[in-house]
Amino acid sequence: MHGRPRKATKQEDPAAAAAKSARLRVLQSQLLHFHHNRIYTKEAVSVSSKLLDINPEIYTGWNYRKLAFQHNLKEVSDTDTDTETIKSAIEDELRMVEVALRRNPKSYGAWYHRKWILGQKLVLANFDHEFRLLDMLLKADARNFHGWNYRRFIARLKDVSEEEELKFTMDMINTNFSNYSAWHNRSMLLSKLLRKKVKGFHEEESILSDEFELVRQALFTDPSDQSGWFYHLWLLDQTSTPHKPHLVSSWPSDKLNIEISAQFKEKCERFPIIFCFNQQVDGVNLATVTVNSKLVSSEHITWKPLSANNSRKSKIWVAFLQNFNKYCDNSEGLSVEISLHCCESIVHLKFLMKLSHMDHQGKNGDGFEELFLWDCPKSQEINPYLVSYDPWRLRVESVEEDAKWHLDTLSAEIALFKEMSECDEDSKFVKLTLARLLGAHNSIKSGGSSYFEEILKLYDDLIKLDAPHFSYYRDERSLVLLDQMTSSKDSLVEYCSRCENTSFSCINPQLCINFSGLNLTRIGFVERLLWVQILDLSHNNLTSILGLEALQLLVCLNLSHNQIMSFTALEPIKSLQSLKVLDLSFNEIGSHPVDTTRYLCSSPLSHTCNVTETMEELARENIKIGDFWEAILLFESLQLAQLDMQGNPVTNERFRVLVEKVIPCLKWLDGKPVR
Amino acid sequence: MGELAVEKHAQYILSVEKRKDDFESLVMEHLRLNGAYWGLTTLDIMHKLGSVNPDEVVTWILSCQDKESGGFGGNVGHDPHVLYTLSAVQVLALLDRLDAVDVDKVSDYVAGLQKEDGSFAGDIWGEIDTRFSYVAICCLSLLHRLNKINVEKAVDYIVSCKNLDGGFGSIPGGESHAGQIFCCVGALAITGSLHHIDRDLLGWWLCERQCKDGGLNGRPEKLTDVCYSWWVLSSLIMIDRVHWIDKNKLSKFILNCQDLEKGGISDRPDNAVDVFHTYFGVAGLSLMEYPGLKPIDPAYALPVDVVNRIFFQK
Repeated sequence: MHGRPRKATKQEDPAAAAAKSARLRVLQSQLLHFHHNRIYTKEAVSVSSKLLDINPEIYTGWNYRKLAFQHNLKEVSDTDTDTETIKSAIEDELRMVEVALRRNPKSYGAWYHRKWILGQKLVLANFDHEFRLLDMLLKADARNFHGWNYRRFIARLKDVSEEEELKFTMDMINTNFSNYSAWHNRSMLLSKLLRKKVKGFHEEESILSDEFELVRQALFTDPSDQSGWFYHLWLLDQTSTPHKPHLVSSWPSDKLNIEISAQFKEKCERFPIIFCFNQQVDGVNLATVTVNSKLVSSEHITWKPLSANNSRKSKIWVAFLQNFNKYCDNSEGLSVEISLHCCESIVHLKFLMKLSHMDHQGKNGDGFEELFLWDCPKSQEINPYLVSYDPWRLRVESVEEDAKWHLDTLSAEIALFKEMSECDEDSKFVKLTLARLLGAHNSIKSGGSSYFEEILKLYDDLIKLDAPHFSYYRDERSLVLLDQMTSSKDSLVEYCSRCENTSFSCINPQLCINFSGLNLTRIGFVERLLWVQILDLSHNNLTSILGLEALQLLVCLNLSHNQIMSFTALEPIKSLQSLKVLDLSFNEIGSHPVDTTRYLCSSPLSHTCNVTETMEELARENIKIGDFWEAILLFESLQLAQLDMQGNPVTNERFRVLVEKVIPCLKWLDGKPVR
Repeated sequence: MGELAVEKHAQYILSVEKRKDDFESLVMEHLRLNGAYWGLTTLDIMHKLGSVNPDEVVTWILSCQDKESGGFGGNVGHDPHVLYTLSAVQVLALLDRLDAVDVDKVSDYVAGLQKEDGSFAGDIWGEIDTRFSYVAICCLSLLHRLNKINVEKAVDYIVSCKNLDGGFGSIPGGESHAGQIFCCVGALAITGSLHHIDRDLLGWWLCERQCKDGGLNGRPEKLTDVCYSWWVLSSLIMIDRVHWIDKNKLSKFILNCQDLEKGGISDRPDNAVDVFHTYFGVAGLSLMEYPGLKPIDPAYALPVDVVNRIFFQK
């Protein structure tokens, strides 16, 4: 099936070709005949040998041989010649496999037959022979993964230590640096040895330093071979990612005074508490989190991970204080203390919720009697949340202590790669690795000089240098830009504005974060924006909004003029129960037959939810739910008051009617009042 | 850019169905059921499924079933194996004839292949491979019988095959390979378990499969091949990172692999065509929204309208 030229290099004689086909046809039918009639004589078995020699892919042939092997062994009576007979039978099978492997060294059937025979453990395997066979095959093709997998099997059978196998990978790498398979095996073995803290592998830092030295040689010897670059990325990850998960931010943050608007306190019954970790964690529950307050005792608080499926782990955990508005009445406000004992970190938070009597110019109702407009002028007003804004606030001290070796190693690598990039302007891997190194350094070292401008320039260079992958670089660039914009209150204040007609939410003040028009392709660093209620992301290049699910306080979201391609891409919004205003106008929903987020949302296709009641109801009204399931599942979970969908190919009269059915509390659709 | 020669490819596929006696066909006889799936799905994507007689196909498929175990062999008289059982179920789904089988008998056969550690064997002889995890999960899901296996353990086993480069191998510790990655990502997608994947890390490894000729290879430092237009592309789509490759260049590569005289698509330009690469080339173009083709579902590897019919129509 692979690698055969279209025009045959030499014309085969038609008579010879016919004879070859006839022979194969005869052997195949004979095999099936013997197999179905359980005939295991020497002659029958030799037919299978001839057949498998011509075509080792006929799996029924290997099955037949296993049955013949079992049958013929059973026939042998209990005499002293037993082991000889068994040995000889095994030899026959092993020889058959070697014949087949000569024909096709990647034959699944052949390799498994050998494993099956030796796995029976009827006799002690001839390990020398097995390793010699492997050496020969891996010498012919060092990337043959069947060979590597079989080697793992034999090593386990012989109980070879992982350290010895590690030496083998070193031998293979020394023979030829360009051996991804060897580097892969090396990384797996090292990980295991480090994790198990095997003797000689305690000092993770010195082991990693040695590996950096080793991969440096590979990269200098042959910078065009990819293997070294992937290995280096793994080493970088080991050097920059903390092993232990820890809390990176929370809402509310410590020592915060929160103002609750008196006018709407009746409407505001739920108040979210959000924890953001640096990795997916579980174990956030009543046992690990204590909440002290007049309002409620810990038992009435349920912690849930935010995820699109039934995952028990998440980076973001949320709980809600119910009926808190009833307790905010006195002048002292409501004090809440939270202690989190999770993931080897202990964090204490204390915040105060107070009632404020702000004049809302006589507006009543729930605040959506008028259209919400996105014209928010920039504000120089003091934003209490920005005053206390510090993205590094929860930096656990121990992370800084451990970081010395990591920072030193990163600095050394950075110096090296800067040198390399001066010598080789055109190497994308050098530039990309340097950008990653600088980014890793940024993420560990708080404050001080950060490398934002350098990294942004590197990604701009990469977009020109490696055009086919420009989308990847744009995504990385967006993240760096967001990092820069949210790195301090001075940088973030540039993007703040005050919304005029905000009379619907209970937490004051209602400030808008305006990230529009920044060519953003994706979202990041949401842990720094947990307090945001109004967010303008319009006029960007967003195809994904992953991360927004953390912004549990969000009331108004503007995603207009982006490149959202489907309703399933909006899955993160489903968990935003406070969301009232959503602008999706001028995106690409309805113009893409292939949905790239089809399996990243909750749906019957991935067994993460069933066909809902709303869907069944609509089906009864003869609406083809197969055509609209994505929109139905999204909108039925929201309590929107205002929605904009114009400028998307999916939006037509029929669709508008469906939306009004699915969102009964909707007041405004595409700028016009509903009914 | 050249065009997809839909008529030629349809004729090529129909001719393969008739050709059974030359050496090349004989050597593939044991996987004819896979061939039926590749050929018929390609025809459907090109809106040409009407040229086939569904009753004949269904009759032949049923004749490949092993009455005792309930599983299907690659051809009449060949031993049952999970690979061919999936193809049988997929073709029946395509033709909307899943009623032709005893669903519980087939699903019991597949479910019975799950091991203690959650892995799946291909057949009674016990070869373990994450390919079989995907095949079993996909098959059972299409039959609405996923509850017959221990899904959590199945997912745990697949996750144990995750590598440090973000990819997946055939067994724990096995090197990342685009084919295995498709199988693991597909299985995790169908079971709502994609959160186990570091999508940025894997997405980058996958997008680096695109080489200078615009085609995709299966792992670093290997040759490009049209079949990776499926394995790599569908994986990228399932994790929403397909925008990280250059689709135009890939489409050009696939179209260059067509045999415009005789029909069919080959692994590389100017190589011999076969139905396997014809399917993967056309399916890859479908994933890239090539005009005139039906969209294909990246996880179930069947047209989207077929999958929607199975999951949204009671």
